[in-house]
Amino acid sequence: MINYAAREINCKIVYYGPGLGGKTTNLEHIYGKVKPDTRGKLISLATETERTLFFDFLPVDLGTIRGFNTRFHLYTVPGQVYYNASRKLILKNVDGVVFVADSQIERMEANLESMQNLYDNMAEYGYDLTKIPFVVQYNKRDLPNAAPVSELQAALNPGWEHHEPAKARVTPDPYHAGENLIDQLPTGEWVEKAPYFEAVAIEGDGVFDTLKAVSKLVLKALA
Amino acid sequence: MTNPGAATWSFDEEDLAALTQTVDKFLADTGAHSALIADRSGQLVATMGRPLDFDPMVFATLTAADFSANDQLARLIGETDFTTLFHQGEKESMYVADVARRLILVTLFDNRTPIGLVRLKMKPVVEELTAHLDRAFSRARESGTTQPNILAGAGDEIDELFNW
Repeated sequence: MINYAAREINCKIVYYGPGLGGKTTNLEHIYGKVKPDTRGKLISLATETERTLFFDFLPVDLGTIRGFNTRFHLYTVPGQVYYNASRKLILKNVDGVVFVADSQIERMEANLESMQNLYDNMAEYGYDLTKIPFVVQYNKRDLPNAAPVSELQAALNPGWEHHEPAKARVTPDPYHAGENLIDQLPTGEWVEKAPYFEAVAIEGDGVFDTLKAVSKLVLKALA
Repeated sequence: MTNPGAATWSFDEEDLAALTQTVDKFLADTGAHSALIADRSGQLVATMGRPLDFDPMVFATLTAADFSANDQLARLIGETDFTTLFHQGEKESMYVADVARRLILVTLFDNRTPIGLVRLKMKPVVEELTAHLDRAFSRARESGTTQPNILAGAGDEIDELFNW
């Protein structure tokens, strides 16, 4: 929402992903690191065992542009499968999505299910995930059973075909040298992938890179 | 394809003044001490009346979530939606009303204000707020644009903003 009266741009970013993947940990780290006068309270609606029940919420100011304060409302959804009704509610009017994948090889199925669930829930609102700011985070890279990033990419971020002439060019990934976000297949189709980041959210690694990337995409979508 | 989020919603001073005036009169008529307007996705639009001693942004988020969850409950039991919610406390209560499925009006009052009066005065207030919103959107449609795009051509500035 752009509030011209208050000179504020308010954007909503939702962290999605399977249960215990690190969504809440991302927000907790952001809360702990940003200056207190640039953030609000971290609200966590959780169960007694600290599993997200409804959502976590953290408002963060990320700076001023052209006289407008940019305020990002960060939400996480509950990852456990049976909380789908709640996830749908939180996704309403989203501006950008971060998918927090659990890199552990045993969680590949859960990652896939959650990604499909994200596409399905977005589609119910008439939103196209391939057309809104979307970033993938591969969390828990420090664990010994973490799957290779290439495997995770192939499973969760293989890319989608696009038909936009403006994007019909090989586009390097600004975050990974030698890799491309937009490529052309030998058969001629143009395929685009979401930017991705490796993370160890519990240590903070990759958390701000992810947030910056999705926030930048959100503002550029408005520009 | 629907474009969700920030680009679909904007307020200018004129819109805000109209909403504020209507709600201020409602507060005076009912004796309720404060009000808050949020959009359905939980973004705070405005507060009126006595300054709040809690974070209104958090309140807006939780209210929208509460309202949305109750909407879904309504559908499960065969209703289209619940247009109002009432939470009664020992000293403080809140009455939440949907406005044109775009905004939520929260009225906060203590036990000197009868709930019946709030309910009675709520319907014309919602109608007036709906009319304000309709005018704002009609104006935007007629002019062909909601507001000048404040971020037009701001690509480099956006890159700079995130250079930390």
